[in-house]
Amino acid sequence: MTKKWILVAGFAALVVSPLAIAEPSDREVQQAMKRDFRAKGQAGMDRLDQDSVQRICTATNNKPPAALAKQLEADQMKTIVYPSGSLMGNWKEGAKIAWGGRGMQWHEDPKKPADGGCYNCHEISPQRTSAGTIGSTLRAFGKTRGNGIEMQRYVYGKIYNAKAYNLCSDMPRFGHTGSLTEQQMKDVTAYLLDPNSPVNK
Amino acid sequence: MRAIAFSAVLALALGSAHAQQSQFADYQKKTAEASPVELFELVGEDLWKKKQGPKSASLEQCDLGKGPGVLKGAYAALPRYFKDVDQVMDTESRILHCMMTLQGRSREEALKRPFGNANQPSEMEYLSAYVAGQSRGFKLNPGTRHPKEKTSYELGKKLFTVRTGLWDFSCTSCHGTEGKRIRMSELPVLSDPKAARPLMATWPAYRVSNSTFKTMQWRINNCYRQMRTPEPVFGSETVNAMNMYLTVTAKGAVYRGPGTKR
Repeated sequence: MTKKWILVAGFAALVVSPLAIAEPSDREVQQAMKRDFRAKGQAGMDRLDQDSVQRICTATNNKPPAALAKQLEADQMKTIVYPSGSLMGNWKEGAKIAWGGRGMQWHEDPKKPADGGCYNCHEISPQRTSAGTIGSTLRAFGKTRGNGIEMQRYVYGKIYNAKAYNLCSDMPRFGHTGSLTEQQMKDVTAYLLDPNSPVNK
Repeated sequence: MRAIAFSAVLALALGSAHAQQSQFADYQKKTAEASPVELFELVGEDLWKKKQGPKSASLEQCDLGKGPGVLKGAYAALPRYFKDVDQVMDTESRILHCMMTLQGRSREEALKRPFGNANQPSEMEYLSAYVAGQSRGFKLNPGTRHPKEKTSYELGKKLFTVRTGLWDFSCTSCHGTEGKRIRMSELPVLSDPKAARPLMATWPAYRVSNSTFKTMQWRINNCYRQMRTPEPVFGSETVNAMNMYLTVTAKGAVYRGPGTKR
């Protein structure tokens, strides 16, 4: 499937190429970035190494062929490590993590825990109105969907690796990249699912 | 009176769907009215004419593409290809080049502090304000003919969609769909001339949230910081290509900066 897709892309490139200056290949763009970026603070040059998800999503303009997406999503699913026992942490801590927007940037102290930055993109609790709109609304998330173990696994998994559910999702892979700790992801899960959380009031 | 009545009718006609948007526009207008941009231009002019560096020279003979010492309309015609360095440069890269060639300063010294803060803006920020201000009323007309200008545009266009960094973002993650916000900040779809024109017509700009003047090199640098990548080098081909792509997309817009942003 992958091979077939590459052939199609190659043929498309041949057809388009006579127009003016050929656009650079994805590999050439990678080389330009590696030449023009420098490691700084906690942000090492390895962060420019595209993995298969980033590569395919870039090459297909975030619209991968269904079969390929399914295969890579399954690979991403295998990266998710579930802790044993309940996945519901402390919603009050989860609120702080969802609220904050710091972490993993070159100027920040890597010893300090990162935030989730959830409100940058998602509306979640009615208590906080300054929410972004890139992601879907998560208002009353647990209230409308329940908070059983399957729902807990879904929420925890989605935070851990959103690409396991939607390959070219705009959402970062917080667990897979080591941005949030196991406890932090449990706390955010509780923030979304705990009946006492303001999200579900 | 008639204007007020008209506004009232207009407000009703637009209805609540646009209420939030007009609040943003209103805020932008109010901040622009009380903007200290002019002050930055004035300080920039002093620095432009100040003798500095090992050669004890000013930047007055700097060639920004219109010939040595010609500032009128120069900013609006950048980025462009410069034969003397055989590469595409934007305003800040060219100012840096002039600091090094005319004033004899080293790259390291000239770039010791490219981005300032509220307490102490950088020399580059003041100079950019002055240079940009000399293009008010000129249409944005970056170089598009030289092969290296075309290559720069194509690289920028591709860079805009590359998924990269620790958090998998591309420029389009935020600037790819119309009507989206990060928190309360509206996100322009910069691949669309409709959105790119008003934006590129007002950079560089005084940024109220930073209480200081910010440039396009800073803007692109700061996007990558938030994308959790390593740091792009100031004035590098990659950053200049991004600037080229955005400016070409905004081509034809009448420059009315330096502007004021939230």
